Amino acid sequence: MAGKPSESLGRVAYVNARLVDPASGLDAPGALLTEGEVIADFGAGLFGEGVPEGIKVVDCGGHCLIPGLVDIRVQLREPGEEHKGTLASGGRAATAGGITTMVCLPNTVPVIDDMSVVEFIARRARLLGLTKVYCYGAVTKGLEGRALAEMGMLAEAGAVAFTDGIKAVGDAQVMRRALSYAGTYRLLIVQHPEESSLAEDGAMNAGETATRLGLQGIPRAAEIIIVERDIRLVEMTGGRIHFAHVSTAEAIEAVARAKARGLNVTCDTAPPYFALNETAVGDYRTFAKLSPPLRAEADRQAVVEGVKNGTIDAIASDHAPQDEDAKRLPFAQAACGGIGLETLLPVSLEFYQNGQMSLTDVLRLLTCGPADVLGLSAGRLEKGLPADLTLFDPDRAWKVVADDLLSKSKNSPFDGRPVQGRVLRTVVDGRAVYGREG
Amino acid sequence: MIDGASDTIQFAHRHLLGIEGLSPDDITLLLDRSESYVEQNRRIDKKKSVLRGRTIINLFFEASTRTRTSFELAGKRLGGDVINMSVSTSSIKKGETLIDTAMTLNAMHPDVLVLRHPDAGAAKLLSEKVNCAVINAGDGSHEHPTQALLDALTIRRRRGRLEGLKVAICGDIVHSRVARSNIHLLNTMGARVRLIAPRTLIPEGVERLGVEVFHDMNEGLEDCDIVMMLRLQTERMHGNFFPSIREYFHFFGLDYEKLSSAKPDALIMHPGPMNRGVEIDSEVADDIGRSAIREQVEMGVAVRMACLELLTLNRPETEQRNL
Repeated sequence: MAGKPSESLGRVAYVNARLVDPASGLDAPGALLTEGEVIADFGAGLFGEGVPEGIKVVDCGGHCLIPGLVDIRVQLREPGEEHKGTLASGGRAATAGGITTMVCLPNTVPVIDDMSVVEFIARRARLLGLTKVYCYGAVTKGLEGRALAEMGMLAEAGAVAFTDGIKAVGDAQVMRRALSYAGTYRLLIVQHPEESSLAEDGAMNAGETATRLGLQGIPRAAEIIIVERDIRLVEMTGGRIHFAHVSTAEAIEAVARAKARGLNVTCDTAPPYFALNETAVGDYRTFAKLSPPLRAEADRQAVVEGVKNGTIDAIASDHAPQDEDAKRLPFAQAACGGIGLETLLPVSLEFYQNGQMSLTDVLRLLTCGPADVLGLSAGRLEKGLPADLTLFDPDRAWKVVADDLLSKSKNSPFDGRPVQGRVLRTVVDGRAVYGREG
Repeated sequence: MIDGASDTIQFAHRHLLGIEGLSPDDITLLLDRSESYVEQNRRIDKKKSVLRGRTIINLFFEASTRTRTSFELAGKRLGGDVINMSVSTSSIKKGETLIDTAMTLNAMHPDVLVLRHPDAGAAKLLSEKVNCAVINAGDGSHEHPTQALLDALTIRRRRGRLEGLKVAICGDIVHSRVARSNIHLLNTMGARVRLIAPRTLIPEGVERLGVEVFHDMNEGLEDCDIVMMLRLQTERMHGNFFPSIREYFHFFGLDYEKLSSAKPDALIMHPGPMNRGVEIDSEVADDIGRSAIREQVEMGVAVRMACLELLTLNRPETEQRNL
C-alpha cells in the first residue's frame, strides 16, 4: 500500500467526483488530475471530452473528493510507548480516517525537546509513506514546566509549533517567557488549558454526576482560568497562542473576545466535546475518561455553538491511544484519553447530517482551518500542491466497533455509535495509501 | 596645554551619575578632553599633577577588573591619591548599610567617590549623602556612563563622528546598564540605534527611548556601521530568558556569517568581559581589522581621566576647605 519513492506514479484522473474545497468555497461535480506527487489540474470542465490515453482513471462514483484531512492533535506513542501505538499503527488508522497530515504531541519517550527526536520521527514517517507526520516541540525541557526548550533550533529542525502536550505550562512567568521567546521566531505556543492544581485530584467533570458516582471533580474553572490568564500574557508579550480542545462555554467566550480585540489567539476542539457529555461516563466507563473531562450538557452545547459560529478554528481528533492495562482500572486510576483518528470525520459530519452546518463549513474545520492555525500548506486543492486527497461517501452509514478500528489501542469513546460518512480512498503525495472496497 | 586650559573649562554637573540628562555639549566636552589624554597615555611619562592633593575612593560592590583598574590608573596618572575598597574587605560585609559606609567615607574628605553597585539608583542615593563628586561606575541595570563615553570616543576616533551612524546593540539588553547608557549617548549625539535580541531580552517600552528593535541578527545588522555586542549577564537572570547557550549562539552570537549583513567595514565592539562562543565568535573578536575591543579598554583610561579632572575642577574650593 505504501508507495516506494522510486515508483513512477504517472498521471491519475479522478473522474465523476463531487469536488469540495473549503479553502476556495468550491463544491461542484468535476474531476481532478494528479501528476506524480502533485495536483496538476482540477475543475468542473476537466476531462469533459473524456480522459486521454495513458492516464490511469479512478471513478469516484459521485462521492466527495476533498483535500486530505489535517489533524493537529494526535499522540502516536512512538518513540517510547510502542505497546500503545506506533507511527505505523497510527499511520494506518489515520489513512483509514481520511487524514493525510497529522501533528503529534511531544510527550514521547524521549520527549521531543531535542532536534534528534524531530528528525527521528520525520525519517520514520517518511519511510512508512502513510499519513504525513509533523511534530510539536516541547515548550519546556522534559515537559517539566521550568526551563525553556530550544524552540528556535527545534523549529529549524521541523517542529511546527510548541506545546507541553497533555500538560499545561502552569507557571505564569514561564508561560510569559515562553510566549515572548517564541515570538522572537514567530512561533506558536499550543496550550493544554488546565490549571493543574485544580485538576490533579479530579477524575471527571465536577458536578452532580461526579458527586453521585463519588468521584472527585475537575472544575470547569480549571480551563477558564488558564485561557483567561494566557490571553493576558499574549497581550503582554505579543506572542501567539492556540488553545487545544476547549470544552467550556466561558473559555470559548474568552477566545471570542480575544479575537475581537485582534489578539493572536485560536482554538480547536475534539469530537467528544461536541458529541458527548459527562453522562457518557455512565457506570464508570473508563473509555469516557478524557482530558479535559467530558462536560455537562450546557458546555457541550456551547462547544457546538463555537464550532458553528467560527470561534473554534479547527476540529482535531485528540487521538490518545491507551492499552487495556491503562484503562481496565478503577475509574480514578485509569489513564485519560481516547482514540479518534477513524471517527474524526464521521462524528464531525453529524453537524452536516443534522442540518446545523453546510458540508463545506464542516470540512473547513478539518482541512484548511487546522492547516492555517499551524501555517501548513496543506488542506486545500491547489495546482502544484502535494496530491493529498480523501474520497469519501458522506452518507454511508456504519457503526463504530472499537475492535474493528485499525488503531493498535481500541479505547474509543464512540464505541457502538452509529455514524454516517465513510472514507473510500486516501491519497498521499499522489499515492493511494488506503482503499475501501464496496 | 591641558593644565593651561583648565581654568576655562566648565562641566555643568557636580556628579556623573548617568548619560541621561547630559547635553550634546557636555558629551562633546568630555570626549574632547578625553582625546588629549589618549596621547599622554601613550607616552613613557604618563604622569600629570592635575589631581595632586586630591583623594579618589573606588567603592566597588561588584567584581570588576577593567573598570576598577581603569579608574585607579586614571586617578594615579593625574597625580591623585587613589584608594580601592571592595565589598570583600569593607564593613558592608559586617552589615553596614550603603549610606553608613558613605557617611564614614565622607568624613575622610574624599574628592571623588567612584561607585559600582548591583542596585539601580545606588549612585544617586550616595550622591545625596556625600559632599564629594560621585561617579557612577555601574549601578545595577541602570547606567554605566564612562563605558558609553569610552565607546563613543572609540567610535569617534575610528569614524570621525557619531552623528548619522547606524549602531546595533546586540544581546542581553534587558539587564544591561551599558546598553542604556549607550542608547542615551548615541541618541543625544544623533546616531541611529538598533537593538537586536530575543524578545525575552528586550525590556518593555524600550522603543520609547528612541530605538528600533529587531529579533533577527541579519535583519538588524543590515547596513550598520557599528556592532556592539553585550555580555549575557547570567548573574542577573532569574528564571530562564533563553533555552541554552548553543541556541543563543546559533541565533544571536556574532560570527562572520551574521556580520556579513553589516557594512563591510563595520566596527565590532564589546564592553567586556567577553564570553567567547556565547555572544561572540573568537575569530570575530580577535579580528584585528574589524574589532575595536582592545582599543575600547585603552580609551577607558583616557575617558576616566577626563571625568575625574572635570568633576574635580568643578568643585568649589570653599566647600572643600570648610569641610
